[in-house]
Amino acid sequence: MTKPVTSKTAVSEKSDGTFSRFLRATEIDSRLLGMIGALVLIWVGFHLYGKFVNGYGAFLTPRNLWNLSVQTASVAVMATGMVLVIVTRHIDLSVGSILGFCAMSMAIIQVWILPEFLGLGHPMIWVIAVISGLLIGCLIGAFHGYLIAYLGIPAFIVTLGGLLVWRGAAFLLARGETISPVDATFSKLGGGPYGAVGATTSWIIGLVACLAVLGLLWQGRRQRRRFKFPLRPLWAEGFLATVGCGLIIGFVMLVNAYPWPRGIVKKYVSANNIDTPVEQIFISHGFAIPVLILMAVGVLMTILTTRTRFGRYVFAIGGNPDAAELSGINTRWVTVKIFALMGTLSGLAAVIASARLGSATNNLGTLDELYVIAAAVIGGTSFSGGVGTIYGAILGALVMQSLQTGMVLIGFDAAIQQMVVGAVLVSAVWIDTLYRRNSDV
Amino acid sequence: MTQQAPLVEMKNIHLAFGGVKAVDDVSVNLFPGEVVGLLGHNGAGKSTLIKVLSGAYKADAGIIYINGERANINNPRDARKYNIETIYQTLALADNLDAAANLFLGRELVNRFGLVDDDAMEAETRKIMGRLNPNFAKFSSPVSALSGGQRQSVAITRAVYFNARILIMDEPTAALGPQETKMVADLIKQLKSEGIGIFLISHDIHDIMNLCDRISVMKNGKLVGTENVADVTDDEILGMIILGKQPQKSRE
Repeated sequence: MTKPVTSKTAVSEKSDGTFSRFLRATEIDSRLLGMIGALVLIWVGFHLYGKFVNGYGAFLTPRNLWNLSVQTASVAVMATGMVLVIVTRHIDLSVGSILGFCAMSMAIIQVWILPEFLGLGHPMIWVIAVISGLLIGCLIGAFHGYLIAYLGIPAFIVTLGGLLVWRGAAFLLARGETISPVDATFSKLGGGPYGAVGATTSWIIGLVACLAVLGLLWQGRRQRRRFKFPLRPLWAEGFLATVGCGLIIGFVMLVNAYPWPRGIVKKYVSANNIDTPVEQIFISHGFAIPVLILMAVGVLMTILTTRTRFGRYVFAIGGNPDAAELSGINTRWVTVKIFALMGTLSGLAAVIASARLGSATNNLGTLDELYVIAAAVIGGTSFSGGVGTIYGAILGALVMQSLQTGMVLIGFDAAIQQMVVGAVLVSAVWIDTLYRRNSDV
Repeated sequence: MTQQAPLVEMKNIHLAFGGVKAVDDVSVNLFPGEVVGLLGHNGAGKSTLIKVLSGAYKADAGIIYINGERANINNPRDARKYNIETIYQTLALADNLDAAANLFLGRELVNRFGLVDDDAMEAETRKIMGRLNPNFAKFSSPVSALSGGQRQSVAITRAVYFNARILIMDEPTAALGPQETKMVADLIKQLKSEGIGIFLISHDIHDIMNLCDRISVMKNGKLVGTENVADVTDDEILGMIILGKQPQKSRE
């Protein structure tokens, strides 16, 4: 599937059930509905379990959902890149180690090197650190891509080697030390009360997003009219607009409903000489910065995969590598670019993960590769190549993180958590296989 | 016809896979507005020879001239630069993409922001398909959902849409019904009249006699001979293919 829109054919082909007519009219992917259904099930299930068994439903609270959004960001950012890797029938096992290596490099740059030249707390420190982190990730990924595309070493082997090499290299960089604290501005990129944009900015972002949804629907309709393709019925357009804007506004209200903790408010009050009693002050978190980063990555990666030549070539290679090459696509160079992109996104995930932790440790990102691959696969990316979506991968990451968070909240053992996550991964792929067998696409 | 430079001249092409000489010192040429049939058994080396021209394989030795000038074709991108288009036997379609995406693969239409314009490509595809295969309706399904004939029409359309000057057709009608086969024959005649040179690989001797001006026959990687279709009979062609026997007339 190259486009999220699955069909442009006339709406009135067959007159089967209301639900399938609804799906056809709105052109919603039924797989997307399935994933959202699974997510709702997990959320409500954990909440009710907590409520009835532990006496307190902790899952569906602004605080937990806000934390969930932050915890998902790092893996979800990498999962969007993993979609392209798996779509082209490759695999990248090294993303967790690249994350660790980038995080360690950035920490050294901002804690050991830059303060010597710029002075501690210089405003450029975080910028230089982030750029070098992304660059290092990009170079490592491009190097892996080169080995895979031009030397013909299987991606599994190259990145398995990378998994070991970069983890070891991260250890060597700082001789195994944990480096902290990271630069103050840098640490905001990981979320936390100071790493969130507050109520007003969140509303502005939400409104801009709503306008974008309406604009896209309108633009799509205009384009279809221009080429005389069948239009969606107006009620379907209205439905999509309402649901899209409703979800966005709901999310804004959710992140604004989570206030700063009392301790942080106290510090803030004394720092700004405010007389109001602490109990009466309600300062919203708003969107966490890593979540905004994830949203930006999601939008950019969706445009990249569905609306650019590069994205088209990625899917063509996944569908038929020989045909892609014969069509004049430089498949090797595209492969290098895919892995460079994956490396860059691992660097970005390293920014989020180390900023959130406030330090770089040697084991940061360990086992992340497995969660990233699982997220992409749960999100509908097919190992046989050619099929996958960015929104699916992000939802997949959210499903994985929801499971883990939920099990922590209701007090499952770490051992059981692992077993559940593993079982869910296998079942998700099984259900997906059934789904594919029963649909013509 | 011989005064002007040939559109394509492949001279002394050699290509071996391991120890097997797939193409062994073969020379063929093609003039504008001419259809040259490549014949031979399965495994005779026809497809390998044309894949050298289309850039899918690189010859071990030999020279290719395009319009009398020496051409360097190292990959399919180079071939496209010389306006060489190919319909492969395997069709070379990306099964997960729809007809429009396949048709424009490698040369997507973009809007003013440089983004792929799927709607414009679909509209264009509808227009072209309307001419070649009016029954074609599945524009938004991936081509894996299409029938063999429909897939073949996508591959044919892709080759003829982009102003090809040299067209290579490797069994273009293998999966087509009688009606579509006739359409392809008409298409070949039309392209020929536009001055396009066509290499046609086919097992259908009837097709060959009808459409080709000359034939080049290969056997075990070697060229048996090149003849004007008008000068030989069906049986003589079969003799060349099966026995590698030269027809009587060329032995004056």
